[in-house]
Amino acid sequence: MESAPDLDLTSVSKRFDDHLAVDDVSFVVSPGEFFSILGPSGCGKTTLVRMIAGFEEPSAGEIRIRGRSVLGVPANRRPCNMVFQSLALFPMMSVGENIAYGLRCHGVGKAEAAERTGRMLDRVGLPGFADRSVATLSGGQRQRVAIARCLVLEPTLVLLDEPLGALDLKLREQMKLELKEIQATFNTSFVYITHDQSEALVMSDRVAVMNAGRFEQVGPPRELYHHPATRFVAGFVGETNQWTGEVLAPAFGSAAVRLPSGSVIEGMGTVDGHRAASFVRPEAIALATDPAGLPDLPNRFAGRVSAVLFDGANSSLLIDAPDLGTPLRAALPQAGPLAGIAVGTAVVAGWTPEATRIFPA
Amino acid sequence: MRPPRGLWLLLLVAPAILWLGCLVVLPHVEIAILSLSERIAPRVYAFGFANYREFFLEPLYWRTFARTAVLSILVTALTLGLAFPVALFIARAARGRTKSILFLFCLIPFWVSELVRTLGWMILLRETGVVSAFLQKLGLASGPVELLYNDGAVVLGLVYGGLLFMVVPLVNALDSLDPSLVEAGYDLGGSRATVLSRIVIPHAMPGIVAGSVVVFMLTVGNFATPVLLGGKNGLWFTEQIYAQFITRFNWPQGSAFGFLLLALSSAIVWVGLKLSGQSLGRTLRQG
Repeated sequence: MESAPDLDLTSVSKRFDDHLAVDDVSFVVSPGEFFSILGPSGCGKTTLVRMIAGFEEPSAGEIRIRGRSVLGVPANRRPCNMVFQSLALFPMMSVGENIAYGLRCHGVGKAEAAERTGRMLDRVGLPGFADRSVATLSGGQRQRVAIARCLVLEPTLVLLDEPLGALDLKLREQMKLELKEIQATFNTSFVYITHDQSEALVMSDRVAVMNAGRFEQVGPPRELYHHPATRFVAGFVGETNQWTGEVLAPAFGSAAVRLPSGSVIEGMGTVDGHRAASFVRPEAIALATDPAGLPDLPNRFAGRVSAVLFDGANSSLLIDAPDLGTPLRAALPQAGPLAGIAVGTAVVAGWTPEATRIFPA
Repeated sequence: MRPPRGLWLLLLVAPAILWLGCLVVLPHVEIAILSLSERIAPRVYAFGFANYREFFLEPLYWRTFARTAVLSILVTALTLGLAFPVALFIARAARGRTKSILFLFCLIPFWVSELVRTLGWMILLRETGVVSAFLQKLGLASGPVELLYNDGAVVLGLVYGGLLFMVVPLVNALDSLDPSLVEAGYDLGGSRATVLSRIVIPHAMPGIVAGSVVVFMLTVGNFATPVLLGGKNGLWFTEQIYAQFITRFNWPQGSAFGFLLLALSSAIVWVGLKLSGQSLGRTLRQG
């Protein structure tokens, strides 16, 4: 038999009264994959993951884990475990008891459970923590206990519901790498849901962007970033500039948008209506101080630097260009002739049509 | 010039001190002194332990005492068993409006005085009462059935009277249980029984102990319910105290009994706290 995917959802929908929370979602997670579902809050991602875990039953569709349907199987009998947003460590138990809990529920003897708990604590870098109280742990340690508690059961699938949400930024950055590392060493499939695109992009093998109950696009992080399939993905994933206007002379594969100011942006995309939105990434924008600079870029606008938003490697400039209406965001040049550019400087900004995505608005 | 902090504190706690002093400490001091005075001749009293000796020499007294203790423990356990599912439902299943309405339903009977509520049970349970008539109508009984004046009726009445005092702390305790803890309990493979015994009950323990302490104290010290529902078979220890003070006019003996009852309930509560591993301070914070 061909090895079945770890998780296989077919046309899964969930209706609450008159609200369709999850609308016809299908996807497959292969063994060992780190799969993220990225979407704004209220998009239905939590409902989706709760259906996989067994806390909600889908209104329609099929959920299979390793080829076996889990519909009607209660949460405590599904071969998947969940890391909760609040982590849900049991405060009435010690760290060791938290990890051994699942093993004991699965009928593992006391001695063996203790031994496996000890080994798991070593593997997640918490040796000798078994007798510690949960309350004495730091944020990162709690995180590791919550994951260890799932992994010790050797599940087919681990579901993670925004587990990094409560951590401060520095720790979150560190935990992202740690999670990815844990996932790689255990080679267990992870389904990770988050509204934080950086979490999804950094850790995942593939990301599904979810909006209003539907999957907008599923693909590797780079593909989502560079080739967004829909207007929502273009706007939601990564920093971007967006202008909306009238469609001008649609041609196959390329299009142009006329802004209210009359200027035209050329880009790539197929549009059929007569309104469209154009998107361009800040790092795709070339800058020059010479008004005659950037002669070979069709999208070219003159303006003035209105703000420098310094944020290390993610720094950007806001440029007021009268022809664009809204300010343009461009990556801050930190080397070369424009390094040290200041507010008020007159600049020309330009970008290629290939870097511009156009979607029907 | 501002008065010193100590004075403010004293003023703030003064009502509590007066309350405790006049209504609790003072009578107990008086009762303690009374209980230790023996009557050696009419109107002549001397210091002695005769009142306490009397308690141990007269089987009726200490049997009633033991019976009160055992039945009170039983009533507390039954109340807990009955209130737990109710509290679990109110705290976990009910939402918003339903929750407050259910809570109100628990509270409504307590708008009526305890005496009237107990009379309600009498109307239901007496020979010519509602239940008896109903059983006869159904053909389940050939003649009038007397359901009053037995231990069952006393326990029933006491459990009913204690329910609210158990439900309130339990709902409070269960309300604070994070739903994801319960879900995590199932997710990791726990059955209903496992989740209940390892997560829900340990979390609710302070509420369970608080409710049990209150219900036990109220039950041990109850007077009207055992008298009305148990009749002369009630044999509650408070009746002995009443009899000594009011019927026999033997205040020293009644005082000794009062002290023994206080010792009894304190001892049982202490054992209960030890057994459940809770401290009184933690329990009080929860309740």
